[in-house]
Amino acid sequence: MNSGRVISGAATPVLAVPRAVRPRLNLARGLSIVAMLLAALFLLLPILVIVPLSFGDQRYLAFPDGAWSLRHYLTLLDTAWLSSILQSLGLAIAVGVVSTVLSFLFATGIWLEPRYRVLLSAVVLLPMIVPQVVSAMSIYYLGAKVKQLDSLIGVGYGHLLMALPYSLIAMLVAYSRLDTSLYKASRSLGAGLGTTMRHVLMPNVRGGLAGSFFMAFIMSWEEVVVTLFTSGLHVITVPKRIWDGLRYNLDPAIAALSTVMVLITLVVLLVRLYRHDHTASPGR
Amino acid sequence: MHAVTPPKSAQGTLRIYALLILPLPLLIVLGYLLPTLGVLGWSLSLPKVGLQNYATVLDSAAIQTVIWRTLRICLLTTVISVAIAYLIAFRWRFASARGRLLIELFVLLPFWLSMLIRAFAWLVLLRNDGLVNQSLLTLGLVDEPLALVRNELGALIGMVHFMVPYAVLPLLSSMRQVDDSLLRASSSLGAGRWQTLRDVFVPLTVPGVAAASATVFVFSLGCFVTPALLGGGKAAMLAESIYIQMFQLSNWGLGAALSIVLMAMVAVCAVVFGKLVGFARFTGRSA
Repeated sequence: MNSGRVISGAATPVLAVPRAVRPRLNLARGLSIVAMLLAALFLLLPILVIVPLSFGDQRYLAFPDGAWSLRHYLTLLDTAWLSSILQSLGLAIAVGVVSTVLSFLFATGIWLEPRYRVLLSAVVLLPMIVPQVVSAMSIYYLGAKVKQLDSLIGVGYGHLLMALPYSLIAMLVAYSRLDTSLYKASRSLGAGLGTTMRHVLMPNVRGGLAGSFFMAFIMSWEEVVVTLFTSGLHVITVPKRIWDGLRYNLDPAIAALSTVMVLITLVVLLVRLYRHDHTASPGR
Repeated sequence: MHAVTPPKSAQGTLRIYALLILPLPLLIVLGYLLPTLGVLGWSLSLPKVGLQNYATVLDSAAIQTVIWRTLRICLLTTVISVAIAYLIAFRWRFASARGRLLIELFVLLPFWLSMLIRAFAWLVLLRNDGLVNQSLLTLGLVDEPLALVRNELGALIGMVHFMVPYAVLPLLSSMRQVDDSLLRASSSLGAGRWQTLRDVFVPLTVPGVAAASATVFVFSLGCFVTPALLGGGKAAMLAESIYIQMFQLSNWGLGAALSIVLMAMVAVCAVVFGKLVGFARFTGRSA
C-alpha cells in the first residue's frame, strides 16, 4: 500500500539518462524546447485566463477593470446555482457509494472464481468504450420506457452506468496485488465469507475502495452527455447548467466555478504526483 | 458475526461466488445492452417499420456532409494532437525529475478538468472580442476580428486541446520502454545524435504512435460536447447530429439510426486499429 510512503521531493527517475546520451545544448534541442513551451502554453493558457475573469466586477463576463470583485462567486450561492451544486453533490455521492459496492462485490467474486473473468469484465467495461452519445441514447430509451426521464433516479442511473467501468478498474487493480491465500487462511480459521470480506478483504483493498468511490464521484460530477439526454426542467446538474450558460451567452458565474474546480484539481494533482514516485506512470 | 455460514459443498461455494459476481454483469446486460437493442428497434420502426432511416443516412446530402466532416475533423485532430503529444513525450523522456514533474503537471491539469470548463475557456479566448482577437487587433496584425470559434476551426482547436493528454499517455509508456543502452550502443557505433534519433529512437516508438493515434481517432468519432459548443452549430459532427435529430427535430427514428451507425463506425475502427496496432507493435520490436 502506498499510504505509508514518505513524501519524497527529490527522487531520481529510474531511467535517468546518463549525461553522455543526453543531447547537449544545440539548435535542434533549443527548437524542440521552444516548441514544447508553446505546447505547454496551448494546454494551460485557456485555463489560466479563466482565473482573472472570475474576479471581474461587471455584470457580464469581463476582466476586472481596476477593482477586483467576488460578485460572481456570490452568484454561486444564489438559489439556482446552489441547488444545482447540491443536486450534483448528492448524485455524485450516491453514485459513488452504489458503484463502489457493486464493483467491490464483482471484483471480490471474480478474484475468488476467475473462470469467466475476461468475458464478464469486458461486459462491464462496455459503457467506457461505446461513444457516450450512443450510451445516452440507450439510457434515454430505458428512461422513456420506465417513465424515469428528468428524475433524480433516472439521471443517477445513467451516471452509474457511465461510472461503473472506471470504478471497477480501480477495484480490479487493487485485487490484482492480493493473493487468494489470504482468503483461504481466513476461511480455514473459521471466518465466514461475510466476516472475511469485511475484516480481511476490505482492509486489504481499501485503496481500491477509495479509488473506486473517487472515480465514480468524479464521473458523475462531470457527466454531461447522458444528463443532457435524460434531464429537463427538474434535474439541472452543474454541468447541465454550465451547458445552458455556454450555449446562449457566457455566464460569468461559470468562470468563478471553473476557478474553484481548477484549484481543487491542482491541489489533488500535486498531492498525487508527490505521493507517487515522480517517475510513476501518470494516469487516470 | 457470521453473515454467511461457510458452505459445505463446492457447489454451494460456487453459488455464493455467483451471487457476488452476477449483479453487475446482469445490470449491464438488462439495463444497458437490452435498451441498446431497443434503440435499434426505434431505428427500424419509427416513424414506420422498415429500413427508410438507414436509406436516409445513405441518401441525405446533409447527413453525408456530417459524416465526411466528422471523419475530416477526427483525422486532423489525430494528426495534430499526436504530433504535439510526441514532442511533449519526447522532452519528458529526456527531462530531469523536476522537468518530468512539471510536464506531467501541465498535461494532467487539463486532462482532469471538465471538458465544459475547457470549452468555456476557449470560447472566452477565441470569440470576436476575446483575448486572441483583441491582441491581434491591438498589434495591428488584423483589421477585423478573425472568426476563430463557433465554426469548424473552433471545434478543431477544442478537440486537439481535449485529445493531447490522451495521446501523451500511450506515448510516454512507449518512450519509457526505449532502453538507454540502445541509444548508447548507437552512438558508440559512431551514429550522430540525429541518426540515433531517426534510426533507433523513432522506430522504437512507432507502436506508441500507433496506439496514440488509434485512441485519439476512436475517441474523436464520438465527441459531442466540445464540437457542439465550439462549433456553434456550424460544425455538427455525428454525435451532435444525433442530439439535434432527437431533441430539436424530434426525429427519433433517424436519431436512433445515426446512433447505430456511429456505434458501428467505432466498432469497425476499434477492430481495424486493434489489428494494426498489434502489427505495429510486432514490427516495432523487431526493428
